[in-house]
Amino acid sequence: MNLLTVSGSPHVHGDQSLKKIMWGVVIAMLPAMLVSFWYFGLPAIIITLTAVISCLVFEYLIQKFLLKQNPTITDGSAVITGMLLAFNVPSSLPLWQMVIGALVAIGIAKMSYGGLGKNPFNPALVGRVFLLISFPVDMTLWPLPKPVWTMVDAITGPTSLGVLKEGVAKGDTVSQLASQLPSLQDLFIGGVGGSLGEVSAAALILGGLYMIFRKIITWHIPVSFIATVAIFTGIMWQVNPEHYINPMFHLLAGGLMLGAIFMATDMVTSPMTYKGMIVYGIGCGVLTVLIRLWGSYPEGVSFAILIMNAVTPLINKGFKPKRFGEVVK
Amino acid sequence: MKTFKIGGVHPEENKLASNKAIEVLPIPQKVCIPITQHLGAPSTLVVEKGANVKVGQLLAKADAFICANVHSSVSGKISKIDTTTDTSGYRKTSVFIDVEGDEWEESIDKSDAIIKEIKLSKEEIIAKIKDMGIVGLGGATFPTHVKLMVPQGKKADVLIINGVECEPYLTSDHRVMLEKGEEMLVGVSILMKGLGVEKAMIGIENNKADAISHLQNLSGNFNGIEVHALKVKYPQGAEKQLIKALINREVPAGKLPIEVGCVVSNAGTAFAVYEAIQKNKPLFERVVTVTGKSVKKPSNFMVRLGVAVNELIERAGGLPEDTGKVISGGPMMGKSLNSLDVPVVKGTSGILIMTQKESKRVEIQNCIRCGKCITVCPMGLEPYLLAQVAENANFETAENERVMDCIECGSCHYTCPSGRPLLDYLRVGKNKVGQIIRNRANN
Repeated sequence: MNLLTVSGSPHVHGDQSLKKIMWGVVIAMLPAMLVSFWYFGLPAIIITLTAVISCLVFEYLIQKFLLKQNPTITDGSAVITGMLLAFNVPSSLPLWQMVIGALVAIGIAKMSYGGLGKNPFNPALVGRVFLLISFPVDMTLWPLPKPVWTMVDAITGPTSLGVLKEGVAKGDTVSQLASQLPSLQDLFIGGVGGSLGEVSAAALILGGLYMIFRKIITWHIPVSFIATVAIFTGIMWQVNPEHYINPMFHLLAGGLMLGAIFMATDMVTSPMTYKGMIVYGIGCGVLTVLIRLWGSYPEGVSFAILIMNAVTPLINKGFKPKRFGEVVK
Repeated sequence: MKTFKIGGVHPEENKLASNKAIEVLPIPQKVCIPITQHLGAPSTLVVEKGANVKVGQLLAKADAFICANVHSSVSGKISKIDTTTDTSGYRKTSVFIDVEGDEWEESIDKSDAIIKEIKLSKEEIIAKIKDMGIVGLGGATFPTHVKLMVPQGKKADVLIINGVECEPYLTSDHRVMLEKGEEMLVGVSILMKGLGVEKAMIGIENNKADAISHLQNLSGNFNGIEVHALKVKYPQGAEKQLIKALINREVPAGKLPIEVGCVVSNAGTAFAVYEAIQKNKPLFERVVTVTGKSVKKPSNFMVRLGVAVNELIERAGGLPEDTGKVISGGPMMGKSLNSLDVPVVKGTSGILIMTQKESKRVEIQNCIRCGKCITVCPMGLEPYLLAQVAENANFETAENERVMDCIECGSCHYTCPSGRPLLDYLRVGKNKVGQIIRNRANN
């Protein structure tokens, strides 16, 4: 007879695995990716491929030659970073800049901390913010989306949040700017200038629902994040509707949906208890609105999430789960 | 439908033997009976090598408060008294008996007639349960008579009977409830009288609908016994979770159920109590499930304690070729055996055989801080954190983060997508923190 295996209980394992979670996130990103391909055409495909391949190559090389580990690129996490990075840049970004962004995301933000699970900040966001600060012009010129079959050169223009910020800063009222802003319907379905992944709120929400269904994420972070933005901007809108635009516009324009559904919910960099997740979501929402309304950048989602990433260890310490049988003092 | 609120998982149920009637295993050629088969102080041996014993004769007696008598399960001659490892893996003094015939103590009533009338008083019931060596048969093997002796200043108002059997694969309690339902309910009535309560609640998960309806029908003839269906969720059979599910009371950390006015006993134990009180039969046999996906005939056997695990497996179709692991108990909390020549004891609820493929743990990867271990922990702990501090030998933090509350249900390790052996680390933490607490108490 063979020797018996002896090990501690439990002797069975559930069906969740790291790979299933990571590739599940990739699947959830597909609708938004396909919509971006539809509107931005070939350049979007090329920039996405560049981002994903660069991330995989950098992770492989760093693990193999610098850290002397067995490369784990098949776990899907580098693919997610690449896709998210591509989601966060305009399709017109020069490819060499994309490669640098990938190096910063994987090399600095992820591997230098020890790889998957050890990074305090969302790697894709670090890459994006690095690019935004280093190449501000290329990162804020957005090709206006055009369905693939219209074979004309893309025209570039500012994002709707950028138009709004600049106009309000000049002293224009929201109603004067209305003609330059896209309709809410366009913002929801897609077809508005912005980063690849920001184009369609509907596709992002679809991906979010899929992740909730697969139990990859829970509703706590996206809902508390989005609700906070809605309530905060709603109050400001009530205060002065000519200076502050309606909350629906804030929800659908810019990177809020992308950030709330795919970036803020990154397991590694977000809190682990439900209570903590809600606090984190509210923090992200408040910071986003502060930056959008009163900061110098038109969009604040990335910064808000990165700041809350930094606070996450504190949230984990401060918001413990309710212990069973805890004696209330 | 009722269930507990925090945490929990739902492993594949795999109740392969749930429709297999209890089969009485033939009397073995020889047995090996460890004299300590319960939680608590060791019992004292009262027989000698070479002596002849009868079925039901006392082998070792309880001297301490938390302790239990052990009786012979066979008749024959004591061939030697030596140590052996039992299913718990520790070496224990054991009585080896070569079987001759099947001669029972005269006092034992071997008939099948069901005796419903309870003649004994509360005190007599407790004394007799102690005499008959009854311990909790769910696995923890805590002496039953001790549970019935409510400490001064405390009061019990309800008896809870655990018919949950939340461990996958195991079906022994299920079969007892189905086949010995009436006897079991008499046992519950006896326990109620012993405890001095008017009410008992039997909690059964609704994957055992037949047992629920059977007991509900029978319970009409008994005073104060309610049968409740519970939603299937592991670890509902853990007593604190069961109390929470049934009566929504929360046992304070580090305390016993009596703190919230209840005592929990297992369904199989209630049947053993019936036999002890009404039939004068000491606890020397029990129902053991032998199961596994590769097992030819998954079965529920009524076996004499002390028979080797080997013999049970033979009766269930033999040990499959590609066996990787043999577990005493269920897959979530059971102990893996390193030998099959170990005796079945009072706490052996099942023998689970796993194939080599099933026996392998999944690959360990980095923690991705997904928080699933926190979500599933029924005690509201943070297993990832406790594992991390235990790994770093930071036992002070482990204690402050309440590692001692861990009930070792294994839900965290079961769920972890990175396959991290969280419970292994938590056990290290509990062990060390336990030592630290004991040292502190001694100084």
